[in-house]
Amino acid sequence: MEHKRLTLFAGHYGSGKTNIAVNYALRLAEEGKPVCVGDLDIVNPYFRTKDSAAVLEAAGVELISPQFANSNVDLPALPAETYRLVQDHSTYGVMDIGGDDRGAYALGRYVPYIKEENDYRMAFVVNFLRPLTTTAQEALEVMREIEAACGLPFTCIVNNTNLGNETTRDILDSSKAQLDELCRLSGLPLWLTTAEEKLAAQMGQSVFGLKLQEKYFDIK
Amino acid sequence: MAERVLMKGNEAIAEAAIRAGCRHYFGYPITPQTEIAAYMAKKMPKIGGVFLQAESEIASINMVYGASAAGMRVMTSSSSPGISLKAEGLSYLAGSDIPAFVVNVQRGGPGLGGIQPSQADYFQATKGGGHGDYRMIVLAPASVQEMASLTIKGFDLADKYNMTAMILADGTIGQMMEPITFEEEEIRQYDKPWALTGHEGKRPHNVVNSLYLKPEELERKNFERYERYKLVEENEAMWEEYMMEDAEYCVVAFGIAARVAKNAVVSAREKGIKVGLIRPITLWPFPKKVLEQAAQRVKGFVCVELSMGQMIEDVRLATNCKRPVGLVCRSGGMVPSPDEVLAGIENAVKGVY
Repeated sequence: MEHKRLTLFAGHYGSGKTNIAVNYALRLAEEGKPVCVGDLDIVNPYFRTKDSAAVLEAAGVELISPQFANSNVDLPALPAETYRLVQDHSTYGVMDIGGDDRGAYALGRYVPYIKEENDYRMAFVVNFLRPLTTTAQEALEVMREIEAACGLPFTCIVNNTNLGNETTRDILDSSKAQLDELCRLSGLPLWLTTAEEKLAAQMGQSVFGLKLQEKYFDIK
Repeated sequence: MAERVLMKGNEAIAEAAIRAGCRHYFGYPITPQTEIAAYMAKKMPKIGGVFLQAESEIASINMVYGASAAGMRVMTSSSSPGISLKAEGLSYLAGSDIPAFVVNVQRGGPGLGGIQPSQADYFQATKGGGHGDYRMIVLAPASVQEMASLTIKGFDLADKYNMTAMILADGTIGQMMEPITFEEEEIRQYDKPWALTGHEGKRPHNVVNSLYLKPEELERKNFERYERYKLVEENEAMWEEYMMEDAEYCVVAFGIAARVAKNAVVSAREKGIKVGLIRPITLWPFPKKVLEQAAQRVKGFVCVELSMGQMIEDVRLATNCKRPVGLVCRSGGMVPSPDEVLAGIENAVKGVY
């Protein structure tokens, strides 16, 4: 897998950015690279990058996340260390951006550094089974809103179409028409197709496997 | 066949409300329910509806009062501290006998509390919150699918009985994502001859009001209202029973606590403990009969709650304290683990309550 120095995941909220960012950072670490993950999500109160803090730490991945993430206050402040992700070029950076245009505003202040270094991948994560992005046209609207909010154009697409634990190969395959249309409309290439790791293993090397955390409320 | 989609609980409420014919949303943002407002803000303008972010919770509940008085299907949503602010409006809606649909995605309290999940507004939802003699229909979803189905049900019950139906969810169910289906179902329409739609000189004008000048008249209104509430209690209680056929112990839990409890019941069964679960789906009317019947058969109950123990009082009342009732609880935004619930079940077996 070929990597850029900095990889950013943005998209509609609930599209799977956080899980993909965590798993991508783990992949970089497996390949022996120094990695730092930045949680730039200023909109989502629950289910954050910080939930994976132990997994990331065990893999030697550094995590920069807001001081108040997973706490009892909703205080959308980013720590000063976040600048290291764009200023320290010796470490691979992975940025998990908040959902929609509202979440992407926080990225804006780092964009001049990102453009100056110019060694990045800005990935648009899409799940065509999310009700506000079921078509290429709707997804494109979200894409343009995010770009307008943060000032950084997307460079590629990540197809994370899924129905949670009901995802099958057919479900992933059924997203192909909308995906092709989104690539055509945006002029951007598909970079990754992602799926939960067991399904991904069945689908061969072309699908990037995601290890998902079990939650206390999952019905066994 | 209807399409299956992946949704957050909060989004499911918003989409279901639109499908139920709600075209008026008034609210004020608060974590962890803001996705409801965000979804409405995006969708309502496209379908000819109204999304309005009011200047406060008090303003928004009074906008609901106004729109409902005009005969519209209307809703508001908030989280714990915001519902406290709406309490006066809830009482006025009840006193005026008009329908409304209100969502509380609970967070930790009291006071400003915190943004993590909670069920500590059980008393507020089922026993009042606002002033005066009144009730609300209180629905407690335990999945994203139920966030949708109980929203459609809630709008129907509100119109059917001219009262407020409230979804009492918690932050986890609001924020979590699950695949769901929206079935094409017929939405029942109700005549609203009392609605303030303009009399055009053709009929006497309608008045929607909760002020009665004579105490005799106010008392009569309250008596009438409670006759209606009695019908709701007789006809609308909903619950789920799980592994109760041969159960010697009964866990009682609603919403997210019931999901955790279900996993604990499975673990206890693996250890040979005959335990089942009763999950109230309506918290008012409380499913008294099923608990009363269970009390004839089981040796004890264990309540699981994300509060210091509020529903436990209704379990004791419904069972006339016939059997001991244990409590497994976490508070302030914490959620009990399946192991903690299992320990509570094992304590009940040992006779420790």
